Amino acid sequence: MAELSAGSTHAAVHPPGFHHQFEDMEQQHEAGNLGMWVFLVTEILFFGGLFASYTIYRSLYLPGFEAGSRLLDVKLGATNTAVLIGSSLTMALAVHAAQTGKRKALVLFLLLTMVLGAVFLGIKFDEYSTKWHHGLVPGLKWAPDEEMHNNAPLGSVELFFCFYFFMTGLHALHMLIGFGIMTVMTVKSWRGEFSPEYYAPIEVSGLYWHFVDIVWIFLFPLLYLIGGRY
Amino acid sequence: MSGHVVSVRLYVTIFLALLLLTGLTTGVAFIDLGPYNTVAALAIAFVKMLLVVLFFMHVRYSSGLTKIVVLAGFFWLAILITFTLSDYFSRGLDNPPNGWGPSISAPPNP
Repeated sequence: MAELSAGSTHAAVHPPGFHHQFEDMEQQHEAGNLGMWVFLVTEILFFGGLFASYTIYRSLYLPGFEAGSRLLDVKLGATNTAVLIGSSLTMALAVHAAQTGKRKALVLFLLLTMVLGAVFLGIKFDEYSTKWHHGLVPGLKWAPDEEMHNNAPLGSVELFFCFYFFMTGLHALHMLIGFGIMTVMTVKSWRGEFSPEYYAPIEVSGLYWHFVDIVWIFLFPLLYLIGGRY
Repeated sequence: MSGHVVSVRLYVTIFLALLLLTGLTTGVAFIDLGPYNTVAALAIAFVKMLLVVLFFMHVRYSSGLTKIVVLAGFFWLAILITFTLSDYFSRGLDNPPNGWGPSISAPPNP
């Protein structure tokens, strides 16, 4: 029955959020971060396959890809980049608030992160609907005007838009998942489940959010900018 | 206390640098630099990624083990891209189907 008595003093010995398989909080924190990074590495290679095939097809069908790129709205793309960078800042500040034990600031910054994420998705939706009206959605509504694609080979332009919708769509799906994670984190933070000793879920969610930001940091120049804007 | 606390001031500085680089990469895209447009766009994106990874994602303050895992991830991405591209561009797999326009190595239209 020695085990039982050890169990009864458990709460006094271990801080909240501590799991028994670890030596101490430090090791648990370290293991959690490392695990998240291993997941993010698989995500890097997941998106990496798309970036590699985009590079190949872009160099094979350059005129069509450049014509397609010129049909995207740089202003909206740049605005969305700024919005997402802003959400990364509020996410970083949320981690800071968790580390310093400021519960209200933590909830506020998580909510701000979600608001900026929603603004991003709203602008993205606006872009998608414009493409729909111009008949630039491969497979569903493909009927671009002659002057739209500037007499570039239509097949290549269509291929560009396949990449555009798949890459930005997969990115948007990651944003939606991030939105769900942030909702859970906001509720947990509001309930006061985190402390300067235990805030690993906030930090790990932050890693995910920043990763999604990085994907967009590459999507923006590759899709919107390098099509010969001048 | 586990984990390094980065100052708010540094976070805001990184944020401003990222905004500046976004403006720069957008501006550069409207100037004709030939092939260097792509180089500039990718170089700026790479710097932005470094800023996010090192400071927002705390890798600068992480353990050596985490740093190696992150580096290994990007190294594998480099293998993926380099080997795939070298295969495509060294075997002449560059004949687009009819109506898909000229490829990089096709002769110019008469």
